[in-house]
Order: sequence, then structure tokens, then C-alpha cells
Amino acid sequence: MSDRLEFKLWLAHRLTGMLLGVFVVIHLVGMIIAIQGGLSSAEILSRTQNNYILGIYYCLFTIAAAMHSSIGLRTVTREVFGWKGRITSSVLFCLFLGQSIVGISAIVGLVL
Amino acid sequence: MSKQSITVKIARGQVEGSYESFTVPYDEDQTILDLLTYIQRNIDATLSYRFACRVGMCGSCAMRVNGKPRWTCRTLVRKALSNEELVLEPLSNMKVVKDLVVDMEEFFDKWQAAKGRFEPEETPATEFFPIKPDDKKRMQVDDAIECINCGCCYAACDVVASNPEYLGPAALNRSWSLINDEKDSAQIERLKAVSGEGGCQNCHTNSQCVARCPLQLNPTRSIAGLKKAVSVATLKGKI
Repeated sequence: MSDRLEFKLWLAHRLTGMLLGVFVVIHLVGMIIAIQGGLSSAEILSRTQNNYILGIYYCLFTIAAAMHSSIGLRTVTREVFGWKGRITSSVLFCLFLGQSIVGISAIVGLVL
Repeated sequence: MSKQSITVKIARGQVEGSYESFTVPYDEDQTILDLLTYIQRNIDATLSYRFACRVGMCGSCAMRVNGKPRWTCRTLVRKALSNEELVLEPLSNMKVVKDLVVDMEEFFDKWQAAKGRFEPEETPATEFFPIKPDDKKRMQVDDAIECINCGCCYAACDVVASNPEYLGPAALNRSWSLINDEKDSAQIERLKAVSGEGGCQNCHTNSQCVARCPLQLNPTRSIAGLKKAVSVATLKGKI
């Protein structure tokens, strides 16, 4: 394990936090604009299908959220419960993968 | 205050929770250190505590006064009283040697671990390093270089309490002053040293160190500077 892994994870946590700040604002503004024309399934799909820019944006959003939450939870488990072993890190890496896969598969369903 | 005497509760031995009370004459301008000296000279010669300069320059008299780390030589009894009570205990986060004396070896070991020592060039410098008083890097460490290693910040830090590997505010503050030293030649090694397992990223920015520093220094700001310096160096691939 890299001696500076903890700092790199801390840095990734901070950078994804900054990205999420921007993503959330764009998402909220986008939602407010989007619902002006109605909020039916057909309306949503007409905007999202084949919209690859939107797909890439939400994929990045999902990965940033999955990274941020997993690293944050890892820090909490280390500092509060003292769980510093590989098992905890592995479980939280699986959480990151799970969140990413579930989120991206939902985006694929909307875009393709 | 018209009191003629005051009772002070002092931690004794090495066992936590073991206290002894002493009643001593009260004087309006008495410091905590005066009070301890009175006890040792007149009541119990076995009482152990540290002091050296008595004027707030050495930092060796630091201990917990009513739960807060303070210099006893610069703390008046009347200002430290809380509900007419006065409790003196050794600094937190360090092993107790006896009574009010702590073992500061780990504290200074962490200084070394954070590369808190100036590293000159291998060959003697051939030119002067002009450092102007208004130089940006010099001004960033105006506060940091004033630290006298009393350990108050380290004792007040709740991250040190929960994570003994954490280097602590004093060591990181020292490291920050050297990061900004033009003459130092070990910057990369130092950036690596302060970003390991117990590095600067552990700081919660609670600023207990700022609140308890008797010199009103700001180790939290120094640690924030380190976080930024290490982040930039990591992103640029320098470390």
C-alpha cells in the first residue's frame, strides 16, 4: 500500500466534493428549466434519448458522487470505529463500484 | 476578592483520577506557578512540575488549568478560577511521568518525523539568499516561526487524542515554516513526510490549537498551507 495513499484519497475526496458542487448547481438549474415543458415520461425521454453530452455529464456526476461518498465513509469508519483493515477498504471499494454501476446503468437506460 | 486562602486540586502520581487538595494563601496577583512553588516549598516537597524562565519564553510550565492547556507562569489564579475551583493536571495526549510532568519524547519525535529540522545544501552556499520582510513566502510564516514548542496545541488537539499517529499541530506548523524557507534543501522529502499516514490531511480544522495557543498563533492556517502545498505537488507529479 502506498505510503501516501491516505493523502491521495483525501485529495480525491476534496476534488470530487468541488466537482459535486458544480454538478449539483447545473443539475438543479437543468431540472428547473426542463420541467417548464411538463414532466411526463415521454417528455423526459424525448430530452434524454441520444443526448450523449447529457449522458457523459451524468456519468461523471455519478462517479464523483460514488467516489466522494465511499472515501468519506471510509474516513468515518477509520476515525469513529477504528476499522483500518483491508476488509473495510475492500467493502467500501465494492460500494463505490456498486454505486457507479447502478447509476451508470440508469443513465444508459435514459440515453440509449 | 477578599479571600485569604484558596484550595487547589492537583493531579498526583501517574494514575488518572488521582488528586490531592492543598490550601494555600491567596494573593491578588498570584500566578498558578507562584501557587505551585508555594506548595512545593512549604507544604509538599515531593510535588513535581516543570518550569524554567518564569516569563513566558520557554513554554516548559505548560499544564492543564481547569481543563485547558495554559502556561502557568502567565496565568493569574484569579483569571483561571472557574466556579471558585482550581484544578491542575498534566498536559493531555502525552504520557505522565509524575504529577504535573509529562514525557514529551513522542511530541518531539513527531517533529523529526515531520522533518521539522532545517536541511542545508550539501555544499556551502556561494551566494546570499535575500529574504525581504515583505516577501510573500516569508510573510506566510510570520506566525509559525514564533512557536516555542510548549505543547499546548498538541494537548488541545482532539485529532491527536483519537489518532495517536497524527503528527499534531506543532510539528506541522514547524514543517510549514521550513517549507517556506528559501535556504532549505529538503522540500520534496518534507512534503512527503507531512502527507503520510499521520499527515496534515488528518486535521479536522476544529482550531482547538488556535484557541489554546498562548501566543495566539494559528497552526490550523499553517496546516491548511501544507494541505495546499502537498496537493499542488501531488497533482503536478512532483511527489
